[in-house]
Amino acid sequence: MTTMTWETRHRLIVSLRYTLLILISAIFIFPIVFMVVSSLKPDLQLLRDSGSLLAFLPYGDVSLNNYADAFERVPMAQFAFNSIFTTVVAMFASILLNSMAAFSFAFLRWRGKALVLSLIIATFIVPFEVIAIPLLLVVNSLPWIGPQGIEVGWLNTYHVQILPFIADSLGIFLFYQYFRDLPDELVEASRIDGASIWQIYTRIIMPIAGPILATVAILKFLVMWNAYIWPLMTIRSEELRPIMVGLQYFFQLNTQWGEIMAYLSVVTIPVLIFYLALQRAFIESIATSGIKG
Amino acid sequence: MKKAMLTLTLVVFLVATAPMVSAQTELSMWYHGAGNYVERDLIIQIIEDFNASQSEYVVTLEEFPQESYNSSIVAAAAAGDLPDIIDVDGPVMPGWAWAGWMVPLSLSEGALDDFLPGAIGEWNGEIYSVGLWDAAVSIYARRSALEANDIRIPTLDDPWTGEEFDAILETLQATGDYEYAFDLGMAWTGEWYPYAFSPFLQSFGGDMIDRSTYLTAEGALNGEAGVAFGNWWQSLFQRGLAPGTSQDGADRETGFIDGRYALQWNGNWAGITALEAVGDDLLFLPAPDFGDGSTIGAASWQLGISSTSENPEGAAAFIEFAIQDEYLAAFSDGIGLIPATANAAAMSNSYAPGGPLEVYFALSEAQALVRPVTPGYATLALIFEKALADIANGADVQDTLDAAVDEIDADIEDNMGYGFDM
Repeated sequence: MTTMTWETRHRLIVSLRYTLLILISAIFIFPIVFMVVSSLKPDLQLLRDSGSLLAFLPYGDVSLNNYADAFERVPMAQFAFNSIFTTVVAMFASILLNSMAAFSFAFLRWRGKALVLSLIIATFIVPFEVIAIPLLLVVNSLPWIGPQGIEVGWLNTYHVQILPFIADSLGIFLFYQYFRDLPDELVEASRIDGASIWQIYTRIIMPIAGPILATVAILKFLVMWNAYIWPLMTIRSEELRPIMVGLQYFFQLNTQWGEIMAYLSVVTIPVLIFYLALQRAFIESIATSGIKG
Repeated sequence: MKKAMLTLTLVVFLVATAPMVSAQTELSMWYHGAGNYVERDLIIQIIEDFNASQSEYVVTLEEFPQESYNSSIVAAAAAGDLPDIIDVDGPVMPGWAWAGWMVPLSLSEGALDDFLPGAIGEWNGEIYSVGLWDAAVSIYARRSALEANDIRIPTLDDPWTGEEFDAILETLQATGDYEYAFDLGMAWTGEWYPYAFSPFLQSFGGDMIDRSTYLTAEGALNGEAGVAFGNWWQSLFQRGLAPGTSQDGADRETGFIDGRYALQWNGNWAGITALEAVGDDLLFLPAPDFGDGSTIGAASWQLGISSTSENPEGAAAFIEFAIQDEYLAAFSDGIGLIPATANAAAMSNSYAPGGPLEVYFALSEAQALVRPVTPGYATLALIFEKALADIANGADVQDTLDAAVDEIDADIEDNMGYGFDM
């Protein structure tokens, strides 16, 4: 009898816990369900349903027409290529550069290290919007070696979308935090064994930095994939535009809501895939951060 | 040997200079229509026709999405990288001209003689831009609903008076057939507020700013007429005649079509969609006259020349080419806006005599009043929008308008009069 009571209570607690978790997850899942379901409906039905639970049900005049129309309105393949290219290049370059910087802060001894690190961390409080115009003026006067020789000005290029975003104070900080929590003996033992700084970085530290690599990769991926203001300011040609700017193509005098939902559904898929692929390492990084080994 | 060298030198020289001799001057053009493939096809057709019509210039196009076009222009101006030909939203033009981003437009004499006034961008005594179309608003109504309630159908010459209109709204609301008698489109925030609602204020006899000096809003916005407008405006929401600032965007789109709103204040661009849904029962009615005449907003996207253009003559030649009636009519047929000339309207499908939107050309011709022509318009519009939203939500009318005037005047002072003599 006592066992039954305990089991019943346990089941009740588990049921309540799962109910709560389902409700919480619904808050996050429903917008995505709304987006995907709405992408299948014509505009008028989409708008009529939006005030009720019908918005989450694929019923009525359901079709893939919005996807076809969205692909016709926007050169989605070109935009997707541009975003994937700039995101992947920036992500790998950012991981390399920022991890090397953090390695230097964590393991090397040099004068002024603490001050420089403080200055880098202090840049957290400066939003991108504040430096956008000065940065625009700077990149517009920088030289670049192109097909025509040395050219001045980076506007309307791939590299203007990538280079300013490689060095990243948050990335440096996250790597630094992770490296600092590694046992000092790891580096000391390597040194005693005669490993060079480069060997310690490439063969000792980076192979065990998987969780933080995933975290920085995800954060950089999101920043680059969602790039909007900077491409608006620096890119003139449709051939170089990233995918998020394409979203603006649908806001006409009569906004095409169904096409917007279709476009967003397509745009969101890579983000979900990327996150799910690195989810385990990402969570591990968060769970272990701050724990001294 | 010497002769061979001379020949070789000559050949190299000719080859090297050949492109310079035959090359056309390139004119760059930025346009806000990315994503609108109908509009893109039309503008590309004009460019191809222009490029084929002469050998001196070749126009190249870069398209931007409308929602972010202004940001791209501002960034380009900061970088000193503006194109030769730009398009600009009518009320924004004075700001760009004042900032030195645009130069006056030199067209042939008489080129704009037949144009709707709203399609001509004039500031400081100079024409800076010209539009291929204009836009207009009207009251959407169902003939059957008006007749069922013994409401007369107003005309351009005999619009509803303010009192008459107010009584009509009460009548329609009292039927119980509608959630609201009048949908103003409060869900459409931003430029819709000054564009669509300042005409009511003007019809009361007020304005967003004193247009005689453009140096103050005192008396124009918060004077007797302004307060009368504010009281009427607030009463629409207090009496439950119109949905307020919390209106859902979806309700704005479907409320009238579904019959939940009796009347709707909407633009010509939504006319065809409404006609398809409502049919012949649909009427487009002129704005009511609150005492100082019926007024509607004017000025849409227009073409102009940037101040950094090295070939303003070529840019002007293209713009003059683009404003031919056949292109105005083609644009109207393609994107549904009002052709800028009567000839083009007669050539268009929707605005020709007997066309489904014919009334809009007359409305635009007779009632259009451009929004305040000042570089300070962008700030003015934001302040006006906030004041109207606050009043709709119950704020004290006089206090709100006084505060708006203070804010507008302070902005004008901060900007040393925006080029107007202080």
